[in-house]
Amino acid sequence: MHEFLFGIYPYIALTVLILGSIARYERDPFTWKTSSSQLLRRKQLVIGSTLFHVGVLIIFFGHLVGLLTPIQVFDALGIGHGFKQVLAVVAGGIAGIMALVGGLMLFHRRWTDPRIRKTSSFADIAILALLLIQLVLGLGTIFISLQHLDGHEMTTFMAWALGIFTFDGQAASYISEAALIFKIHLFLGLTIFLLFPFTRLVHMLSVPLRYITRPGYQIVRSRRKEGSK
Amino acid sequence: MRIRAQIGMVLNLDKCIGCHTCSVTCKNVWTSRDGVEYAWFNNVETKPGIGYPKNWEDQNKWNGGWERTKRGKLQPKQGSKWRILANIFANPDLPEIDDYYEPFDFDYDHLKSAPEMTAFPTARPRSKITGERMEKIEWGPNWEEILGGEFSKRSADTNFEGIQKEIYGEYENTFMMYLPRLCEHCINPACAASCPSGAIYKREEDGIVLIDQEKCRGWRMCVSGCPYKKIYYNWDTGKSEKCTFCYPRIESGNPTVCSETCVGRIRYLGVLLYDADKIEEAANTPNDKDLYQAQLDMFLDPHDPEVQRMALEQGIPGDWIESAKVSPVYKMAMDWKIAFPLHPEYRTLPMVWYIPPLSPIQNAAEAGQIGHDGDMPDVRSLRIPVRYLANMLTAGDEEPVVHALERMLAMRAYMRAKTVDGVIDEGVAARVGMSGRVIEDMYKIMAIANYEDRFVIPTTHRETVEEAYDIRGGCGFTDGNGCSPGISQGSLFGGKKKKKTLTLPSEAF
Repeated sequence: MHEFLFGIYPYIALTVLILGSIARYERDPFTWKTSSSQLLRRKQLVIGSTLFHVGVLIIFFGHLVGLLTPIQVFDALGIGHGFKQVLAVVAGGIAGIMALVGGLMLFHRRWTDPRIRKTSSFADIAILALLLIQLVLGLGTIFISLQHLDGHEMTTFMAWALGIFTFDGQAASYISEAALIFKIHLFLGLTIFLLFPFTRLVHMLSVPLRYITRPGYQIVRSRRKEGSK
Repeated sequence: MRIRAQIGMVLNLDKCIGCHTCSVTCKNVWTSRDGVEYAWFNNVETKPGIGYPKNWEDQNKWNGGWERTKRGKLQPKQGSKWRILANIFANPDLPEIDDYYEPFDFDYDHLKSAPEMTAFPTARPRSKITGERMEKIEWGPNWEEILGGEFSKRSADTNFEGIQKEIYGEYENTFMMYLPRLCEHCINPACAASCPSGAIYKREEDGIVLIDQEKCRGWRMCVSGCPYKKIYYNWDTGKSEKCTFCYPRIESGNPTVCSETCVGRIRYLGVLLYDADKIEEAANTPNDKDLYQAQLDMFLDPHDPEVQRMALEQGIPGDWIESAKVSPVYKMAMDWKIAFPLHPEYRTLPMVWYIPPLSPIQNAAEAGQIGHDGDMPDVRSLRIPVRYLANMLTAGDEEPVVHALERMLAMRAYMRAKTVDGVIDEGVAARVGMSGRVIEDMYKIMAIANYEDRFVIPTTHRETVEEAYDIRGGCGFTDGNGCSPGISQGSLFGGKKKKKTLTLPSEAF
């Protein structure tokens, strides 16, 4: 079971994430959107959405860098495992609380405001609930981490994550000793990956950074073959 | 010189009777769907009034349009690209639906299903968003119809700037006019500039500004970017929508639905040629009051052989150039100078222009004087203050508006002399810098307003870019998702099951 959840399930989740997103983008681009509800109710959104998004972004990049950078890089830079763990706990803790507070505001708004509730799909509510549970679990792991500050357990997760991406068949075994809350956190994270293409989360892939580099402001489309451009 | 052609529109406010036929026919065609019940691609507002959405003209509040920064750079008023992206999680300038109005329908069924009662049954409103009872409807696309509401609230209208507005609250001095509004299909659209996804574009061949529904991600920056508030966020599909200028009709040479159905014949459509190299310079003119002239300077004279030659060279079809020569829009904007852009100070270079309305003479004593040897009343004694019109149409510069109103009065005086007295009064024409022949042309187009004179629309030349043989048996206009018949059985990706709106041919028998 452990082997399936952390050795095979990651591949299922990532495959669905990638193929599902491509299929949705190709087949149904009209549904690819942020689903903003700001027009219907501004209250609670301005603070809630900003806190939530900023918090989640910090956590996301923290996990990305923290888990997928080979441990040797940190060693070479002279960053100790214990120090890295403290950094992760502090930065992750602050960002996690931001995201949790913002997320709770958004959930409260979505659940209690009749306009937002009526226009929410099941997926809208469910994915927000899952993200909130994931945030609580993530913050919950801090209490375990604080009991051993040597950073060893963290390195096992790094080895696992890197193992998954390098097709290391032993990957699951690296974290067999991890505390239950970590395992639940990992499983739920993978499940969110699995559900990603079927929810509004896809708007993450459309971060409009190209706007900055777009030459000028205007866009003109021409159907003419020759002549002015 | 890069020549582009655009189909522009002129609305003759002097003839608008506020019947809302344009709004209703537009609604029936384009926005009778979930999510855009509140949206009116075309609405008619009563002025003075704050309009729909509330106070849309107050850019200190909404930050729509463009601004010229202190360093002389042109950028959206809601901020530079970085600023816009920084606000992406929550847009501080986005109106809430209550600024438009919460869409509603009435419980009509109650009228026939109510049991026997002592009181007559009534149809009460119900929200189209939540389905719940609404006790009070607070606003709408023309809530101030015929000056409804208190003057103290209506007079928040920003066009009163620089006017001692209190006296216009008095019954004797009251004035009103109608303002039909639609997307301006700007040459320098602030919506397109604000769109982080690059989904909004201007069509090169006819200037129509459209939103690519498959590229729109719903970042909603266009809604706040547009100073006319003519981009509407569809809360059901999560995409923004706007007036399409009825492009399927325009492409085939037909007027837009609002123009076609206008019972007052106030709308005109025609080709304008302009120099695309001058766009930035014109939009970035330092002084607001010079923007109207700067836009006029962009337009090219279709009668100029040099312009014709270059236009042909740059791929503008010959019949478009021919249409430009007889374009009623060109005549009104350029030849007669009686049409003006709506709020040029937004720096969007709008392409839906307005002829200011004449109004009755303010006081009765002066009214007695008209008719004396074709003497024209002073346009400053008209009931609608010139400054009010100027604030709306020329960034506050009264002179061009006065000039236009005088020409319109001269047209009346000239035609009255001709048809009533049988006298050709070239003097009246000369006084406003025109000739009798030009005035008669003006009369024919503005007063008689025959269909062919109002709408001079060349067809789109798709044959030059498409191989018709390749698209035989293809689908026509569809409801997204490529060649689907508009009937989707729902999808894994959250696309909604659509109501079956089409009858497939096989089922028609």
